[in-house]
Amino acid sequence: MSANEREQSTRAVIPQRFGPYGGRYVPETLIAALDELTAAWEEARDDPAFDARQDALRRDFIGRPTPLYLAERLSERVGSQVYLKREDLAHTGAHKINNALGQTLLAQRMGKPRIIAETGAGQHGVATATACALLGLECVVYMGTEDIRRQAPNVERMRLLGAEVAPVEAGARTLKEAVSAAIRDWVANVETTHYVIGSAVGPAPYPALVRDLQRVIGEEARAQALAAAGALPRRVIACVGGGSNAIGIFAPFVEDAEVALVGVEAGGDGIESGRHGASLGAGQTGVLHGSLSSVLADEDGQILEAHSVSAGLDYPGSGPEHAHLRDTGRARYFSVTDEQALQALRELARLEGIIPALESSHAIAWLLENPLEGDGFDVLCLSGRGDKDLAEYVRRVGESR
Amino acid sequence: MSAQADGAGRIATAFAAAKAEGRAALMPYMMAGYPDRDSGLAVARAYVDAGADLIELGIPFSDPLADGPTIHAADTQALAAGATLRTALETCEAIAERIPVVLMVYVNMVLAHGGAEQFARLARAAGAAGAIVPDLPLGEDESVREAFDAAGLAMVPLLAPTTSAPRRAEICKVARGFVYLVSTVGTTGERAEVPAALAALAATAKADAGETPVAVGFGIGTAAQAAEVGKIADGVIIGSRLVRAAGEGATPAESADAVAEFLAEARVSLAG
Repeated sequence: MSANEREQSTRAVIPQRFGPYGGRYVPETLIAALDELTAAWEEARDDPAFDARQDALRRDFIGRPTPLYLAERLSERVGSQVYLKREDLAHTGAHKINNALGQTLLAQRMGKPRIIAETGAGQHGVATATACALLGLECVVYMGTEDIRRQAPNVERMRLLGAEVAPVEAGARTLKEAVSAAIRDWVANVETTHYVIGSAVGPAPYPALVRDLQRVIGEEARAQALAAAGALPRRVIACVGGGSNAIGIFAPFVEDAEVALVGVEAGGDGIESGRHGASLGAGQTGVLHGSLSSVLADEDGQILEAHSVSAGLDYPGSGPEHAHLRDTGRARYFSVTDEQALQALRELARLEGIIPALESSHAIAWLLENPLEGDGFDVLCLSGRGDKDLAEYVRRVGESR
Repeated sequence: MSAQADGAGRIATAFAAAKAEGRAALMPYMMAGYPDRDSGLAVARAYVDAGADLIELGIPFSDPLADGPTIHAADTQALAAGATLRTALETCEAIAERIPVVLMVYVNMVLAHGGAEQFARLARAAGAAGAIVPDLPLGEDESVREAFDAAGLAMVPLLAPTTSAPRRAEICKVARGFVYLVSTVGTTGERAEVPAALAALAATAKADAGETPVAVGFGIGTAAQAAEVGKIADGVIIGSRLVRAAGEGATPAESADAVAEFLAEARVSLAG
């Protein structure tokens, strides 16, 4: 399939479903806004002026393309070649800015002056606050108070950027409740407000919209791999919470049947402990935040709390497209524990001089345990940098020695 | 009467009886198992005794996206107090012979336990006449409605102020029992005033709904507001105000007294 055909096939229609998953399980009040958003995205993505503006800002503001970096000492340690897709080098320190910039540009085009977002690790909140500052939009970010504690530097960043950080006290006071609070705000203010959801979750068209905006990760990585190594990677590896960095890097490789796609979920204290965030590996089919996917729930259908050392993976659901990729066998999903992720963070810092986010450390941890056999190389999405996690790292591991 | 018509038939009878008295039907909402199991049961009985025509019975859920702070907090507390689907069904069973009960249940609970067919069977066995699924809008609802129809459980759809005219007509066409008109753009919760645009909204809904009654909910928190809405709709749903009253009681009897006092006033006001 040529690049042009690949582009065509993704642009045909914005899907509401991925296999049986997806849909729009939201209050009736939001349906009109979801229709409006779908129409706006269909129009914007085919508008060369929108593309040109987004491309220029991706280059000059975000700093794209991010490098595909051959991590030599890590490769030596693993025993096979590993390239890191350096989303940690994107402005604001994670892949989240790709989506935040695209959605705020879209909101501006739709004439919505007010932006709301949820955040877990704070990376999406910072990215959205940054994009809103750039475009002069009002910004409110919902954040659980437990995450506010774990991710204090990002809270200060958002405030400095002019955003209001709205604390959420409900439930376990983490990402799930922050998403719920943002959706409630949206239900009440839908006429003036655009909700910039931070992952490939939520009601249609969000999972497809977020994938389309994050797809740039995989498009770049694929071209960079071909340029650097003259071949496609054997495996593409990414961490999965809601799954936006993973779906972004997977999407352009889905048609490349020879490339294995590997998602790594939060194993928390271990799957058998029941305290984890592995909704694809150990969940059940259900509805969370507007879409049917694989979720952590009890027999009555009550959504369970997830557990992860990484705030960005501390979420009891995953994007519907991941559930479909899992069912079809096109992607495989594994998990690593908090402990393994913390060790991997340290290992990458010492081997490469790169402090990865705890989220991305899950992907590193899986790679360390599962070296590639035979020829070829891996591409791993280093979705964000770990500065925000230092306090949590020290709290869990002790001094950083 | 066929099993299929049962739930919708009971709901229709209740609306018709209120209409025969020249007033809108009064439909108080309550949260099963809130503030605890026994208080929930006491509240349900108090609703019947205080002159409710139908009861909307909320099943506590972990992530109630359509609900504002009062009902969300009640969900959380009911679950913390040990409420399950079973608690809600027992509450339904305790009153269903005396009054039509319409469950308010989020879709994930409908799909759990072996799916919509099984949920509908359990609900019917507990005597429920219908169910409102606030996060199952038109377009996602077909298979669940078929399952509910097969069991004789009326699936009551919601209309919002943001619903387009063609969509409104379609929703009214598939309505079973009644149409639930959301008064305002937002989540559940008390509000200072009835929105000015509501009368026009209710009129268009009634025109599309034809014979099917239209009940208005969200934001109705005083007897005067209930009376105002009763003039333009076939039914009035009162939720957060009563949940707040139920939560203020320290014992089941106190909760029951608190809701009964408010409801009696609303009932008089509707008849006026």
